Amino acid sequence: MMSNRPTPDASTQIEIYRRAALLKANDERSRKVIMNGRLVMPYYSYRGQEIIPSATMVSLTDDDYLVTIYRGIHDMLAKGMPLNDLWAEVAGRVDGTCKGKGGPMHLTYPAKGIMVTTGIVGSSMPIANGLAWGSQLSEDGRVAVATFGDGASNIGAFHEALNLAAVWKLPVVFLCQNNLYGEHTTYEKATSALRIADRAAAYNIPGVRVDGNDPIEMYAVAKEAIDRARAGEGPTLIEAMTFRFHGHVFGDADAYMDKAQKQAAVEADPVPRFRARLIADGFATEEQLAAMEAQIEADIDAAVEFALASSFPELDELTRDVYAEGVAV
Amino acid sequence: MSDAMTSEKPAEAKVKPVTILQGINQAIADAMEADDKVLVLGEDVADPEDGGVCGVTKGLSSRFGDKRVRSTPIAEQAIIGAAIGASLVGYKPIAEIMLMNFTTVAMDMIVNHAAKLRFMSGGQTHVPIVIRTMTGTGFASGGQHCDYLEAWFAHTAGMKVVAPSNPADAYGLMRAAIDDPDPVLFIENLPNYWLPGTPPEPGSVVPLGKARIAKEGSDVTVLSYSRIMNEAMAAVKAIEEAGVSVEMIDLRTISPWDTETVLASVRKTGRCLIAHEAVTQFGVGAEIAATLSSELFGVLKKPVVRLGAPYAPVPFSKPLETAYTPDAKRIAEAVISLAR
Repeated sequence: MMSNRPTPDASTQIEIYRRAALLKANDERSRKVIMNGRLVMPYYSYRGQEIIPSATMVSLTDDDYLVTIYRGIHDMLAKGMPLNDLWAEVAGRVDGTCKGKGGPMHLTYPAKGIMVTTGIVGSSMPIANGLAWGSQLSEDGRVAVATFGDGASNIGAFHEALNLAAVWKLPVVFLCQNNLYGEHTTYEKATSALRIADRAAAYNIPGVRVDGNDPIEMYAVAKEAIDRARAGEGPTLIEAMTFRFHGHVFGDADAYMDKAQKQAAVEADPVPRFRARLIADGFATEEQLAAMEAQIEADIDAAVEFALASSFPELDELTRDVYAEGVAV
Repeated sequence: MSDAMTSEKPAEAKVKPVTILQGINQAIADAMEADDKVLVLGEDVADPEDGGVCGVTKGLSSRFGDKRVRSTPIAEQAIIGAAIGASLVGYKPIAEIMLMNFTTVAMDMIVNHAAKLRFMSGGQTHVPIVIRTMTGTGFASGGQHCDYLEAWFAHTAGMKVVAPSNPADAYGLMRAAIDDPDPVLFIENLPNYWLPGTPPEPGSVVPLGKARIAKEGSDVTVLSYSRIMNEAMAAVKAIEEAGVSVEMIDLRTISPWDTETVLASVRKTGRCLIAHEAVTQFGVGAEIAATLSSELFGVLKKPVVRLGAPYAPVPFSKPLETAYTPDAKRIAEAVISLAR
C-alpha cells in the first residue's frame, strides 16, 4: 500500500505551500486588523491548522463541494474563495460574497463549490451528505468534503451523517481537524474514543488518522479518500491531527490551554517547517518563496483596503433574501 | 387513484371522491412525472417499507425508482440535511418527517439551515425543499406524537408553513410547495387523511399565501386551517340556525398568511374567531389577533377570540383528549356568543 500512496510532485507541493502561506498570512492579518480596531467581527483563529485544507483542497476541483464551519476561513481560502469577497464579507460590506449578511461564520461562494458555512457544531456533515447525494444522482463525479472539529464527533449529527453516508455509499469525505480542544475543553475530557478515526468502524467505513501538519501525509490520505469517493466507493472519515495556536475565539485568554503543549506546537509551526523542507529538498528557493509571500501580503493589503472602502448594505437588505424576490410577507 | 370514466352519465355525477392522502400522493406523483429533479426521502417512504406508515408515498418508488424515492434510517437530522444539500445543487427533495413531534430532532437543520441559507448567503443559495409531516389528536397518541407545532416554524423567518383541510387543496398546495423556491413545511393531519372530497384537477396549483373563503357570511369571520377547518364547517348549521351569518375562511397557508383576504372579511363582519388545534398561548391565533387589533382597531365590534387547545401537553385518556381539541360544538358556541 505504501508504494502506491499518492505523493505530491514538486509543483503540487509548492501549491500546497502557497495556500498554507496564504492562510497563515490571512490569519495573522485578521487578528491584527481586529486588534487595531479597524474591523469588529467574531473571529475563530485557525492558526496552526493551515496544512490540512491546503493539502486536501489541491485534490479538489472548483466543481467539488465544501461544507465548512465557523472556524473555516482556512478551508474556504484553500478552496479558492477570493480575498476581496472574503474580506468585504467579514467587514459586513455590500461587496462581500454574501452582501455582508452572512459574516465570518456563514461565508458562501458557490462558484468555487463553497456551499455552506455553518456556525453550528456538527451540522456540516448532514448537509454535505445531501450535496454528495446530488452528485450520486447526477453521476457527475463531484465529491463533497465536510470539515469539522474533534468536538463535533460527539454530537448526534456526526453519527447520523456517517451512518447515512455509509448505507447510501455517498461520495463524501468527512475531514475532522482534531486540534485537541472543543471550545475550552480538552479532547480527553470530552471524547470517549482514543482516536476519532476509530469511530468509522462503527459505520463500516474507512477511518484514517493522519498527522495533519505533515503536508505529504495529509495529501496522501486526503487524495485517497477523495479518489475513493469519486470512484463511487463511498465515504471516508479522516482524523487530521493538529493544534489550535490560539483560544477558541478571538479575545479568549486561553488560560485553559496547557502552556507547555501550546509552546511545543507553536515551535513546531507546520507552515515554516514545510517552507524549510521545500527549500531543503530543492523544490523551491528562498527567493521564490519570499516573492510568493510578498505577493500574498500585497493581495491581502489590497483586499483589506477594498473591504474597508466598500459600502455597508442598504437597510432594505434587512428583509431581502428572506424568501425569493417578490414574496409578500 | 383516478379510474377512467366509463359511463355515459354526466361526469359530475360520476366523480369518484378522493381522500386527502390520495391527493397528496397524486400531487407528488404528478410532480415527479413532470420534473425528474423531484425526490422523496424519509423513514419507510419506499414501497418495500410499505410507502410510509400511512401509505402516503405508496407506489412512488415502484414507479420512479429507488434512487428518487429513498427510505432512510430513523435519523431526522440526516434526512433534512440530505434534503438541504441536494436542494442546493438543483434537486427538489420532499423530506418526510413521519410525525410533527419528530421535527424537534431536526430543528437545527430546519431552523438554522433550511430557513436561513438564502438570507445568510446573500441570495446565492436557496433551499427548495418540502418537509411533509403528520400530526393531530384523535388516535390516543398522547404527549409526543400529535402536537401542532406550526407556530414555531411560522415564527422562523424564511420558512413557509402550509396546512390543507381537503383533498383538492392538499393536491394544489403540494404542487405549489414543490415548485416553491424556498423551504415549505407541509402539515398533514392524521385523522383527516381518509377524508374524501372533490378530486383535484390534475396539474392544479393552489398558490401559497392565499386563503380560501369556504363560505360567505356577514356577522362573524371564522379563521382556521387543517382539521379544525372541517370542524368549523361542521358548525355552520348550528350557527346559522341561531340566526348568525358566518364567513368561513380556510387560511391554507399559515405563513406567509393572506392578510388581504382576512382583513377584508373582518372589516366586513367586525367580529373574528380563530380556531386551531395548537395550544392557544403564543399560537398562530395570537399573531392574527394582534394584526387585526392593530389594523382594524376602530372597526372591530368585539375583541378577537381565539379557540385552541388548553396550555397542556396532549393527554392520552380519551375524555381528556376529546376535551383538549376544539370541535364543531365549541366553535358554534363561541361564534354565537361572539355575535351577541
